[in-house]
Amino acid sequence: MSDVILQVEDLHTSFFTRAGEVKAVDGISFYVNEGETFGLVGESACGKTVTGLSILRLLPEPAGRIVGGKIILDGTNLMELSKKEMRGIRGKKISMILQDPMTSLNPVYTVGDQIAESVRLHQGLPDDMVELEVISALRLLGIPAPESRLHDYPFQMSGGMRQRVVGSIAMSCRPRLLIADEPTTALDATIQAQYLALFKDIQKQTDVAIIFITHDFGVVANICQRVAVMYAGKIMETAATSTIFKAPKHPYTVALINSVPRLDQKDDRLYSIEGQPPSLLNLPPGCRFAPRCPDAQDICHNQQPPEVEVGDGHTVSCWKVK
Amino acid sequence: MADILLEGRDLKKYYPVTKGILQRTVGWVRAVDGVSFTIERGKTLSLVGESGAGKTTVAKQILLLEQLTSGTILFEGKDVYKFTKSQLKTEYRPRVQSVQQNPWSSMNPRMRVRDIVAEPLVVNTKHSKEQIQSRVQELLKQVGLAPNHTDYYPHEFSGGQRQRIAVARALALNPSLVVLDEPVSALDVSIRAQIMNLLKDLQEQYNLSYLVIAHNLATVRFMSHSVAIMYLGQIVEYGEAEEVFSQPLHPYTRALMSASILKLPEDEDQKITPIILSGEMPSPLNPPPGCRFHTRCAEAIDICSKEEPELRVIGKHQVRCHIYDDASVQSALSSGLHPGTEGRPQQP
Repeated sequence: MSDVILQVEDLHTSFFTRAGEVKAVDGISFYVNEGETFGLVGESACGKTVTGLSILRLLPEPAGRIVGGKIILDGTNLMELSKKEMRGIRGKKISMILQDPMTSLNPVYTVGDQIAESVRLHQGLPDDMVELEVISALRLLGIPAPESRLHDYPFQMSGGMRQRVVGSIAMSCRPRLLIADEPTTALDATIQAQYLALFKDIQKQTDVAIIFITHDFGVVANICQRVAVMYAGKIMETAATSTIFKAPKHPYTVALINSVPRLDQKDDRLYSIEGQPPSLLNLPPGCRFAPRCPDAQDICHNQQPPEVEVGDGHTVSCWKVK
Repeated sequence: MADILLEGRDLKKYYPVTKGILQRTVGWVRAVDGVSFTIERGKTLSLVGESGAGKTTVAKQILLLEQLTSGTILFEGKDVYKFTKSQLKTEYRPRVQSVQQNPWSSMNPRMRVRDIVAEPLVVNTKHSKEQIQSRVQELLKQVGLAPNHTDYYPHEFSGGQRQRIAVARALALNPSLVVLDEPVSALDVSIRAQIMNLLKDLQEQYNLSYLVIAHNLATVRFMSHSVAIMYLGQIVEYGEAEEVFSQPLHPYTRALMSASILKLPEDEDQKITPIILSGEMPSPLNPPPGCRFHTRCAEAIDICSKEEPELRVIGKHQVRCHIYDDASVQSALSSGLHPGTEGRPQQP
């Protein structure tokens, strides 16, 4: 059994707006093992990005706040750290890659400067050593001719290359945990395939644990070992990737997988989930998915289902599964 | 004989690159470079490719939002560029409508749904207010929205509902062809399926033709009757969707398919070797000589960097690739053998 690097316990994150409290993340628990890729999958507004930001404590305060729960990295509860101590964690032990490489880089600094920023901050190296670190970070992400590319500005690079630079910044201090928030969504299909292959390679080299946030089941199948499926702020099902695809238990997981068109077979009609996700301001009292669930019973509408373990590392929150 | 609604012949679009205060033309961006296709009545043609392949430019040319540099667009056999202004207004534009990719930017936020959907009717018909009103109600019902939705503004809807409004607006004038530019890529997975099913139902009901622009091959397989794969302004593979998907021939098509197929971790040892292309699409300002794909192609041979391949019928569809020049390969393909990938060099 490999070691757990990150443990999230009963995390609650809310946004306090004029219309009321928006429970973006409402009591989720999961763990990530060292050197593994853990997928957080779900549709827009299910709370997957907020989970990532909560782990780094980067929520837009005071509107967004962690209301409860524990985030334990390597035995330390991040919730108890001061702001200063947290700055020592970000970029060094945990780093993040954002979705859009067009907006996550500063257009007026060279990419070398932007990578050097976190190297200087966390490692306190002399300038000539910093440059070597920057070059090695660029090389790790497979950027050709890093010695000359580090003097380039972001606009001189293509989308795929920029996303590699963002990856270099994230990996520059060799973090233990990397949170990748839809890193390939803005990329073209063939470039996306390159990027995912690169990630697998980096993980082999550095043994970094990755939380991969995505809405794309194809990406999950490609890169993740375990997955949690989120819906309206809650985790519906957690399991190994192959279990999620071959023996999903939660009706939402089943519906979501069925509604993705397949390339290797011709469908005449797609399975579709009727209706829309509930408003986070006004959540149903029972199971979040009950209003759209084909198998919903009375209890589903009134009481929240408990999380039940149905197999090795396979947990489901559904009244149908007892 | 197939009932052809619209045909594009050798469409080209070159954008000039200018320099200096005199704005002299120093080069051309060949966004679309000799694209030909046909769209049958009641059928769907999909243009697939990555960003910069020129697929949206082709769509704009059909909607007459971009001038052709050269080429011909035939609508029901008539050259669209020979239509007079009034003919265009009565015989072409109302019959060719479009749905845009992003339902958050394709509607005026200050107009109510009733006005958004009614606008094409107000502009193009002489219907009375009551007639328009009842037509709007009818359209909303067809796309699965409630009658009281007419008084709402776009911001009051979710993405999927807005895309339904956009579809209702496109159908208002009973078009023959609807250009769908990435109709579902801005939507969530569970909503995508709803919209794709809706589009398919409407096609059957009204015998609509669709030109779908997409980058997601799985979406395309579900929607299309025929498919054209584009790379750097050209079609590299074109044919019946089932043919192309069951027997992809061009190395680029195969790489795209390998990138989009759902593959579980334990399938890794099975025969599907992932094809990962090196490098990126070259600039259309300065396309490489010979085959435009040869810089990234694992199967490139000498001739690929020298001579530009033609789009030729190989097997049951058209392919633009030199590796099928060999007569023996061609005969094997036309006798229905699957070429597979064995025997050819694989990317490490």
